[in-house]
Order: sequence, then C-alpha cells, then structure tokens
Amino acid sequence: MKRLLPILVCAALAAPPAMAGEHYPPVTDRLTLKECGDCHMAFQPSMLPARSWRALMVGLDDHFGENASLDPETARHIEAYLVANAGDVSRSRGFFSWRSGKMLRFLSDSETPLRISDLRCWKRMHDELPRGAFSRANVRSKANCVACHKRAAQGDYEED
Amino acid sequence: MITSTRNALLLSALAAVCLGAAPATAEPATLDAYARQAQAEDPSFGGFSAQRGETLFRARFASGKAETPACVTCHGDDPRMAGRTRAGKAIEPMALSVSPNRYGDIAKTEKWFRRNCDSVLGRACTAREKGDFIAFMTTQ
Repeated sequence: MKRLLPILVCAALAAPPAMAGEHYPPVTDRLTLKECGDCHMAFQPSMLPARSWRALMVGLDDHFGENASLDPETARHIEAYLVANAGDVSRSRGFFSWRSGKMLRFLSDSETPLRISDLRCWKRMHDELPRGAFSRANVRSKANCVACHKRAAQGDYEED
Repeated sequence: MITSTRNALLLSALAAVCLGAAPATAEPATLDAYARQAQAEDPSFGGFSAQRGETLFRARFASGKAETPACVTCHGDDPRMAGRTRAGKAIEPMALSVSPNRYGDIAKTEKWFRRNCDSVLGRACTAREKGDFIAFMTTQ
C-alpha cells in the first residue's frame, strides 16, 4: 500500500482531466520562449525542480543528443527564469500555487530528473496510451506535448 | 499635410514591397562574410560550390552525435520542404526560394552552424563549408 499510495494520489490528481484539466503557469519570458522554442515547445518551468533546470543548463552542449548551447548571457537569463519558476520554488510560495508543483509529487530530493517524461507523475498520467503512441509520425517524441495537448503552450493539458 | 502623409505611407509601402521581393533572388549577405573568411583560412580558395554544399547537406557522418548523423536527419531530403526537429517541431525549409530570409542574419546563421556542425560532424565547419552550404540553398 505504501508503494501504491503515490500512484493512487497521482491518479486522483490526474483523474478528472476533462473537467479540471492539468494546468501549469505558461512561460512568459520572451527569451526563454524564443530559445527553447526553436526546437521544442518551451516547457513550463514548474514541471521540474530548480536543480533539474540547473543541470540541464550546464549540459546544453549535449542536450539529449544535440548541441543546444547558448551564449553565456542568454543562458544566464534563461536559467534564472527557469529556476525562479521551478516546481519546487513556486510550490513553496503559498497555498494557491501548490498545484503548479504537482508534477513533482513523490520526487525524492536525491533525484535530479532531466526529462519531464521521466517523472513518476508524468508516466502515470500517460500509462493508458497504447505502445508506440509516441513514435507515431505526427508525434515523434514525448517532448512533443502539442501533438495531443493542443493548448500545452498555454499551460493547459486537458486530455484531447 | 494629409496628402504628404499619405504619399509617405504609399512610398514606404512601395519600398517595403520592393525590399520584400528582392531577397528571393539576391545572395544572402552572409555569403560575402564567409567568402572573406574562407580566403583568409585558405589563400587558394576559389569560390563556393553549390555541388559541394549539396554533398555536405546529404552526407552521413559517424564523427558527430549518434542521434544526428546528417543534416537531413532533421531538415529532410528536400530543402524546399519543412523539416522536423527530433522533438517533433516543424523547421522552416532551408531553400532560399521558399525561406527568403534565411542566412541573412550572420549572428543567427553562425549560431546554428556552431550548434549543428558540432552535432552532425562533431567539429566546427570551415568558412568554405558554410559558404558551400548556403550556395547550395540559394540554388534551391
């Protein structure tokens, strides 16, 4: 039961998506939208903890198999924005923002995930999909949120 | 006063149309810069070659990152068509006839050669390679 609990709570949070939907504050920083958005949708910073964003920004020379390096000034600006709005930071701001850190529930402090799709909560929310769903031609990657969630860039992840 | 404002508007609209239409046939400004650099890197440099550029565009390399063995991995085989990033996002076509604003901004052009030459070839591209590549895209 102890192992099941996180999954059950996570499922409960994700359960009524058609009505409540999953919502994450959208990216508002112009440079972050531009630079991250060149290759993929600029993911909402609250989906990862600050330590993950720091680790990602250090490793841009080999960003999941591609060189995505930035000039130092741009990199500093984007990292500061991502860290300031990270899931563990925004969650600590108060009761009304707790939901923005919900993707990080059950993440232990010793873990530094680099992919949102590696989070237990993310996996649980996508486990009903058929095998091969992410390799379909119109999807191609788990990073392609907008293929299914049409309003993902606005932070809305209702089940479409 | 109203007339002169209207004339000015008309003139600027006309200028915008002319300027907007021009780059489809004009060579990108970056080619000049790369030609000067190529000459400096190799005194025997004899101009860019669209054919060499096409070879570079289509070649597969084992020296870069495993996920990106070639330009065409993401840009696709036809430069006039949109490509797709590995994360699934559309990439504007590479051919100048379809994307007339490409290669006009040296900082942007350099940023992508810096990243993508490292990803695909595992090293920086020479000025000649960059110029060859753009020369090929101007013929497309």
